[in-house]
Amino acid sequence: MLIDYLPILFYVAIAIFFACFAILASHLLGQRKPTRLKEAPYECGMNTYGSSFRRVPIKYYIIAMLFLLFDIEVVFLYPWAVIFKELKMFGFISMAIFLAILIIAYIYIWKKGALEWE
Amino acid sequence: MQVFYFLIETIIKCVVVFACLMLSVAYLTWLERKVLGHIQIRFGPNRCGPFGLLQPFSDGIKAFFKEDLIPGSADKPVFVLAPMIAIISAISMFAVIPFGNQFTLPGTDYVVKLRIADIDIGLLYVFGIASLGEFGIVLGGWASGNKYGLTGSLRAAAQMISYEVALGLSIVGVILLSQSLRLTEIVALQAGGFWHWNIIYQPAAFVFFIVCALAEINRTPFDMPEAESELACGFNIEYSSMKFALFFMAEYAHMITVASIAVTLFLGGWQAPLPFLEFIPGVFWFGAKVFILIFFFIWQRGTFPRLRYDQIMKFGWKVLFELTLINILITAFVMLLKG
Repeated sequence: MLIDYLPILFYVAIAIFFACFAILASHLLGQRKPTRLKEAPYECGMNTYGSSFRRVPIKYYIIAMLFLLFDIEVVFLYPWAVIFKELKMFGFISMAIFLAILIIAYIYIWKKGALEWE
Repeated sequence: MQVFYFLIETIIKCVVVFACLMLSVAYLTWLERKVLGHIQIRFGPNRCGPFGLLQPFSDGIKAFFKEDLIPGSADKPVFVLAPMIAIISAISMFAVIPFGNQFTLPGTDYVVKLRIADIDIGLLYVFGIASLGEFGIVLGGWASGNKYGLTGSLRAAAQMISYEVALGLSIVGVILLSQSLRLTEIVALQAGGFWHWNIIYQPAAFVFFIVCALAEINRTPFDMPEAESELACGFNIEYSSMKFALFFMAEYAHMITVASIAVTLFLGGWQAPLPFLEFIPGVFWFGAKVFILIFFFIWQRGTFPRLRYDQIMKFGWKVLFELTLINILITAFVMLLKG
């Protein structure tokens, strides 16, 4: 039923109101005397050099792609787990085949060195 | 008339739960500093009020009056939005958690159920909102226009999504046992004493869940995004005044919520540990179990050193991922044998 979600809406509305209130109140109450040095990025007191929006190591993108692949697999497991008792042997074998295919991919990325951080 | 009562009940419950959560967050910051202080043979906060009990309010008032600084190189809209995302998602996660049994209002026959919402995909809702919380940290670090912040947020992103896979897998065993994603049903199946709790049937899954949860909420030994000694303060380095306080509160609210989920899934939720103790209200048992878990989170922060980043990533992908998969297969196989 959609009405089950109404309390969540109320609750999230309270949370959003609280966040907006906190940001706005500190914006109005706090003093503001910005200077050039204050606005500079903090780098432990050293002079800053270059832009902070730099290129980042490719490793992070690989991890993000692997996450997409394996998290979708987790989502597949949820409905399977809910009705597992009705599926019985059929469900077990089909999920075992699905996981076996996935583990082949997992071994492949391991051997390719996608999980190494040195 | 029924709809009217429902609306009033909902509003009261939302406000009360929100207030209790915020108060718990305030006193959790006090508790953590106090316990860590005593672990390290210090006193912890002891100046504001008796035992420093007014410290959280002093901190809160201070945060409101601090200078609200936005660095010149920051991406301003995202910089302001990031702490809001963090706190909203941390608070919203609590909406589906059953924190007590139902009771009848005295003098009427109106039944009040102690949960904000009881939806059939409660567990999916929790994980969906938990993923939203990552945006707060990642965007906050990126929008600061600071090299430490960027590094911290990148590490946070990679660490949190890596452990989310194992976190999702670790609870499949519980779903297999209870055949439902509705949190109230999962709790109801664990009634009748501690030997019916899921932790007895899924002890390994509980350990995996706690480890992944620590990585998800960025606690020591997985507090890479902050890593005070390497990254100064990581993703929230440029934040000041209430924006910093929102990140801080989001972290503690997240801690309470994760402990509540662990209690709901593995430790019987609001059920009493022994049948003859059922006369004590469920809210008490729920609070006591959450407190024990949170105390464990603080205790292990005072005990373990921070891990190295490559060790964390390797552990997540090469060890936890396999162990959780094996746990699922064994659970499914045993269930098949038992019929």
